[in-house]
Amino acid sequence: MIKDFEHFAPKTLKEALALLDKYQDDCKVICGGQSLLILMRQGLVAPPYMIDIKGISELSYIKDEKDGLKIGATTTHRAIEKSPVIKKKYPVLAKMETRLASIQTRNWGTIGGNVCHGDPAGDPLPVLIALGATLTMAGSKGKRSMPAEDFCLDYFETALEPVELLTEIALPIVPPNSGTAYTKFNVIESDLATVGVAVSVTLGAGDSCQDIRIVLGASAPTPMRPKKAEAVLKGKKITDALLAQAGETAATEADPISDIYASEEYRRELIKVLVPRLTREAMANAKKA
Amino acid sequence: MKKELKIKVNGQPYDLFVKPNTLLSEVLRDDLGLTGTKRGCNSSSCGACTVMLNGMSVKSCSVLAIQANGSELVTVEGLAKGNKLSPLQNAFLDHGSYQCGFCTPGMLMSSKALLTENPKPTKEEMKEGIDGNICRCTGYNSIIRAITAVVKGEYKEAK
Repeated sequence: MIKDFEHFAPKTLKEALALLDKYQDDCKVICGGQSLLILMRQGLVAPPYMIDIKGISELSYIKDEKDGLKIGATTTHRAIEKSPVIKKKYPVLAKMETRLASIQTRNWGTIGGNVCHGDPAGDPLPVLIALGATLTMAGSKGKRSMPAEDFCLDYFETALEPVELLTEIALPIVPPNSGTAYTKFNVIESDLATVGVAVSVTLGAGDSCQDIRIVLGASAPTPMRPKKAEAVLKGKKITDALLAQAGETAATEADPISDIYASEEYRRELIKVLVPRLTREAMANAKKA
Repeated sequence: MKKELKIKVNGQPYDLFVKPNTLLSEVLRDDLGLTGTKRGCNSSSCGACTVMLNGMSVKSCSVLAIQANGSELVTVEGLAKGNKLSPLQNAFLDHGSYQCGFCTPGMLMSSKALLTENPKPTKEEMKEGIDGNICRCTGYNSIIRAITAVVKGEYKEAK
């Protein structure tokens, strides 16, 4: 049973920010609520006030601009999955969405809500980090932006202040000769990741690895980049031996937990296997680009 | 404090007052008596509570009723026209697409949403379409057969 709360449904960002200023730590923002309502039903979250931003239409958009793609925070997963421009320019993002929960959840749940939930097993953040996304937050005193990889601080904790709302996710234009790939390992298709891995590669002369971003999901308290593993590959001509070494390194750098889905050891093994596999897939995508 | 909730369910307008912590599934079942929508896991996992909200499928156990304000909803009770079953319902009957029947309303609504969006789905797309619904009797193949029969045009919409 969900505890009683007072419900506000602001129609504009300005109204929402004014309510956040007023209620601060006593309120919780809800958009699609696909993650939050589960926690509320378990009594883990019981705010006296709810600021419902589902109806703020000014935050629901996908814009293809000169400097990249802009996604409004209240855009649903399903809108992203079906967007022709995303399918064309950021196919990895559309593909990730098709494996996020179920169609029903994607129809109502939003990308901003998922990101702000700060679940290290969530699907969008590893892909957004691999693509070099920037997040913009608004408060009544102004806006600020940060790289998506700096957003999560700990399990379900983000850099968002109580008086701020996530407003936009910006994706830079994909550089030439670049490819990205994402997968998650799980037992039930469309369940949360047991381990998720996103890799973005930019190829240089002779198919050497000019730049690489590896992002691990469900492998640490936040989505994380195993930077030592990236360093193993960066600037090198990628070989099977180097890929294996990168996988081993990433598995050591990760800080996974044991739970009912997998032991810590098993998660490390998955990372060891998936990092080389996804790097190969990202390279193949880069060659097709 | 209760808030006003104006919704249209299966074409019928309703004007209600609900507490903000009320779930859409609770309004449909407990306030409107539309118990075709099933309360299964009540945690967004099983899909038995699937309804259509403005033409798209949602899990009604995971939507605050107040968020549906101003929406048009279709529940399993809205599929038949009077006493004439819809093509999907007839196909489910003919193909034995249920065993205990508990998942059936959700399966029907997910199938309906799929065919509304994509009238000619492939078998793979049908599987994706009912991916959010669990049938614990594991009767998935018969459900796919029923949807396939509807896609092939073997069942006509009742006049």
